[in-house]
Amino acid sequence: MASQLDCQLTCRCRKRLESGFELDAALSIPLAESPVTVLFGPSGSGKTTLLRLLAGLERPDDGVISLRGATWCDSSRAICLPPQQRRAGFLFQDYALFPHLTVAENVGFAATPEAARKLMETFGLGEFAERLPRALSGGQQQRVALARALAARPALLLLDEPLSALDAPSRIRMRHELRRMLLESGVPSIVVTHDRMEAVALGDWMAVIAGGRIRQAGPVQDVFRHPADPQVAESVGVENVLPAKIAARERGLLTLQVGEAHLQCVDSGETGPVFACIRAEDVALTREPAQTSSARNRLAGRVRLVTLEGPLARVELDCGFPLVAVVTAQSAGELQLNPGDAVCAIVKATSVHLTT
Amino acid sequence: MDWQAIWLSMRLAFFTTLILLALGLPLAYWLTWSPRRWKFLVEALVAMPLILPPTVLGFYVLLAIGPRSPVGALYAKLTGGMLPFSFQGLLAASVLYSMPFTVQPVAAAFAAVDRKLLEASWCLGVSRLQTFRRVIVPLSLPGIATGAILSFAHTVGEFGVVLMVGGNIAGVTRTISISIYDQVQALNYGAALDTSLFLLGFSFTVLAVTYALQRRIWAVWPVN
Repeated sequence: MASQLDCQLTCRCRKRLESGFELDAALSIPLAESPVTVLFGPSGSGKTTLLRLLAGLERPDDGVISLRGATWCDSSRAICLPPQQRRAGFLFQDYALFPHLTVAENVGFAATPEAARKLMETFGLGEFAERLPRALSGGQQQRVALARALAARPALLLLDEPLSALDAPSRIRMRHELRRMLLESGVPSIVVTHDRMEAVALGDWMAVIAGGRIRQAGPVQDVFRHPADPQVAESVGVENVLPAKIAARERGLLTLQVGEAHLQCVDSGETGPVFACIRAEDVALTREPAQTSSARNRLAGRVRLVTLEGPLARVELDCGFPLVAVVTAQSAGELQLNPGDAVCAIVKATSVHLTT
Repeated sequence: MDWQAIWLSMRLAFFTTLILLALGLPLAYWLTWSPRRWKFLVEALVAMPLILPPTVLGFYVLLAIGPRSPVGALYAKLTGGMLPFSFQGLLAASVLYSMPFTVQPVAAAFAAVDRKLLEASWCLGVSRLQTFRRVIVPLSLPGIATGAILSFAHTVGEFGVVLMVGGNIAGVTRTISISIYDQVQALNYGAALDTSLFLLGFSFTVLAVTYALQRRIWAVWPVN
């Protein structure tokens, strides 16, 4: 048990902000299993505040924070280490590079010349050494900020929306680049983001925060596949969260009643009123008429709206309840979908996930 | 021209500025970042010399440093001298009188430093004092220079406080402005004109340099 606690970050913090917003987060991250943890939530959910609490830049009204058995903060014992003693590297959204110092001076700000030189090399910053930060591109600034944080030999790295200051093309390119750099650094990291593509690309583990509370935490794939509640489902981007009743249960399959329609899904023991969660990309569309005898869920409906989003088309349907499907723009064209058209939506039983 | 008075004024202004930088930087730091709610009281106190007649300030300083006051008594015990009508007494009064001219521009410059830069430095393990020295001061240099120049110039031009606290002792407390007043009283208009012209030119130059600094004509580094 002790060895398990040894490699954990534990945080249980309550803080009321002047705006009246209250953060009340309990979180425990197994750092050994999760080199990169994503703290995911919509804006205003309290993720940056939580990150600042971890760094020691904010003081909780009440709470405990410990890293690998070392107490960083314990309000019951009146302990709250200043940021200088926590050794938590913090990467600000806009990088906060010292504007009056060159790249080399920034990286070496709190490091031995040897460590600074090595990191400058690792991050390919040699050619910019004598430049001032404002002469660098966003991606280069990010590398400097990361090198500066790592040069101080942090025990934990905290990144606040690290990609948000970049333009869209470099943001996508930098996702994998950033993950590679974080893994290579060997320092466990917590990355705040509100972008689910970023969450998937960067994280091993994720914690979903909404309304100042941690709603769910676990391996990224688990959280996306099995959202714990409708709010998590909505925030991780499961477009269809449908209130349902269990109508029948036989041979490992459940029949759900959603509005007037029926849906089949895998029985994992839920009872009572549930929410059926279906990702939009798991909904296929066809012009063939519905056949209820099929093993798959076939739902008759009408097209309400078709929106093109680059190579994809988002199709909103009315199947007695609203249902959103995402198909390729090409197949949307082939199906010639127009508002008012009758279509059939197909959802595999295994693509329907239940939450209560 | 009364070179003795000019030299005295310059010395007084130099030491006043030096002391003000030592006191004003920490005070401005505290005023800028302290979470204390009552700091507005200190702000008001620091700004008082801006509106108080110099005679009132001078009168209180005279009372405070007189031989019967605790400060005056302590000073007499330590040095055997007296503060009123001495260069040291004049220096103490000048520091109080020019305090807002240092503290206000410096506090404004500190407030313009992005707080995230301080936090970034703290998170790198750098102490608050070192962060002040390595981040805040270099980024506030134009404001600090403005504060120093204004304090210097304000001390060179002071009259009321000097008259109350220092009197008119040649080589000890007779500053430029007192000297001009003396010359006019003695109907010695030629000398008064020369010294006044010197002060006029000096003041204009100082203000021009200050505004140029604020516009960052000779910026220490370019603004983003």
